[in-house]
Amino acid sequence: MSATTADRETETASIREALRTALREELLADDDVFIMGQDEEDGGSFEVTAGLHDEFGFDRVRNTPISEAAQVGAGVGAAATGMRPVVNLSFADFVGVCFDQVMNQAGKTRYMFGGASEVPLTIRAIEGAGLNAAAQHSGTVHTLVAHLPGVKAVAPGTPAAAKGLMKSAVRSDDPVVFFENKTIYERHGPVPVDDDFTVPIGEASVEQEGEDVTVVATQRLLGESLAAARDVDASVEVIDPRSLYPLDTDTLAASLRKTGRLVVADESPLSYGLHAEIVTRVVEDAFWSVDAPVQRVGVPDTPIPFSPSQEDEVVPDADDVRRAIERTF
Amino acid sequence: MAQTLDTPAARRDALRRMLLVREFENRVRDRFADNEIPGFVHLSQGQEAVAVGACTALTDDDYITSTHRAHGHSLAKGLEPDRLLAELYGKEAGYCGGRGGSMHVADLDNGMLGAQPIVGASVPLGTGAGITAQLTDADWVATVFCGDGSVAAGQVHEAINLAATWHLPVVFVVENNQYSEGMTFDEQHNVEDLAEMAAGYGIPGEIVDGQDVTAVYETVAAARERALAGDGPTFVEAKTYRYRGHFEGDEEPYRTREEVEEWEAERDPIDLYREELAAAGELTDDQFEAMRADVAETMDEAVEFARNADEPAPEDAYDDVFVEPAPEVEAFRERMRTDGGDGGDGR
Repeated sequence: MSATTADRETETASIREALRTALREELLADDDVFIMGQDEEDGGSFEVTAGLHDEFGFDRVRNTPISEAAQVGAGVGAAATGMRPVVNLSFADFVGVCFDQVMNQAGKTRYMFGGASEVPLTIRAIEGAGLNAAAQHSGTVHTLVAHLPGVKAVAPGTPAAAKGLMKSAVRSDDPVVFFENKTIYERHGPVPVDDDFTVPIGEASVEQEGEDVTVVATQRLLGESLAAARDVDASVEVIDPRSLYPLDTDTLAASLRKTGRLVVADESPLSYGLHAEIVTRVVEDAFWSVDAPVQRVGVPDTPIPFSPSQEDEVVPDADDVRRAIERTF
Repeated sequence: MAQTLDTPAARRDALRRMLLVREFENRVRDRFADNEIPGFVHLSQGQEAVAVGACTALTDDDYITSTHRAHGHSLAKGLEPDRLLAELYGKEAGYCGGRGGSMHVADLDNGMLGAQPIVGASVPLGTGAGITAQLTDADWVATVFCGDGSVAAGQVHEAINLAATWHLPVVFVVENNQYSEGMTFDEQHNVEDLAEMAAGYGIPGEIVDGQDVTAVYETVAAARERALAGDGPTFVEAKTYRYRGHFEGDEEPYRTREEVEEWEAERDPIDLYREELAAAGELTDDQFEAMRADVAETMDEAVEFARNADEPAPEDAYDDVFVEPAPEVEAFRERMRTDGGDGGDGR
């Protein structure tokens, strides 16, 4: 189930390329799809959409003024009247200036209208620390969004998941916020080449099987966790949940039943966040399988500092994951 | 096709629709006071000419977005009073199955894209409908109703600027009823006329007498033509007045009774239009009384319908979060209903 690339022809691609391919394929497949964001004519933030404006023109790939509230609010209006907008937030921290539209418009419109509307809106939100961009351009905010009823949230850690989930997000009749970690755009991996390939929203991926401890790791920390797994004297199962809401509790709980040990690695602040949700879900379903205290790896509730030495201090890496694994033994 | 005000029959129909809005809200006021209607409601008596004048210029295919004061816009756009009232009662037969209530009523079949109690949120939403119209070369436009209070909100400026920059087919109708909640216009704005702001977006700004249904109709019809021609949005400021408080139960310490009564006596949009039609020989007293009786009967039936309509099934509260049943919602609901738990694996 999780081996989404099995039996498919693949090519090696980066996460950036995988996202671009997914968006291009969906623009080609459906005239209702259009992209709007700042600097989209020049490829948008981090050049994910590079070339798409030249290929599809202004109608389909358009520059917006710097006004996230209007972008997302108009995205909801366009979606509710029949389009499939993809709205780009250059930095996920900016969800702060359009949170009303995400929380009260995107997330509640269908419900308030008694099911009489669909809101097939995709919001791309670029998050994560590591580029010395300081506190307002480095945050990981997916917990805030995943908490909102009526909004789906995905955060891929591999190129294949990036492509498959982006296509699912654009095709979804529900609002989906698509979180991209800005430091792993150049992570390469096998990506199915066919344009029918999708990754279902709500399905986790067992990236590495193991017997002794389960590490649930998102985005950048997926790679860090796979590296950490090589450095410990234990058989580590590494799972990318990929979809934060809905969350594939079954796959995570099944892994804990097998290993009895759990580490959750996610770049969110540690309090009240995704870690807590994953731990709670898994423990609710597999409490009697827990053999050791559960461990969290994340940012210790600070904003992200600017100075490289301080940023390195607060942002978790493979060593933090390794120590967390070791604490479970 | 849009309706017009070109014939005596059309003008009488516009008057009837204003009366319907007035009577609908009078009933809502009374039924709310009797605790029949849950939640809170915001009424628009005094502003009927804006809703009816603007919507007369629109076709069934045009979209509107509205504010927390949405009953008039909804009825003017073609929603039926019985189902609208049932929505206010929280009943299954309401336009949103009782999920939205007065502040969130919507009916996409009638181009009513939603009341928006978050002040200003109607503006980006309608702008988005304008994007759809532009991208699909549609022969409809989006008309955004928002209040003078919303023009103090950031997202309003963002959205109008976006619509202006992209020449979207949108008509912004700002209902300046002179009060934002309990605050006066002067407390909210440093301009005489909100329409001045249109210059800042590079779009036309029109000021219209919001008590004059003909003037509103003509202004919005012209703005709609402009939008359809690809010339972009128009900012229409309709000067009007609300007779009731911000919400029902508002004690209105911010204004005098005399001020309200003066507007009711001198500038009531229904009285003004009735007098105009009568002076033109298009409306007799008998015709007006018959119209009023007809509206009263319609509302009697609507109240009975709403009162007697079924409550929505409580368990349906879990539907429509997403297009498909939401797995988390189902799982959590299941777990909360279960006595005890075994931690999933048994002991």
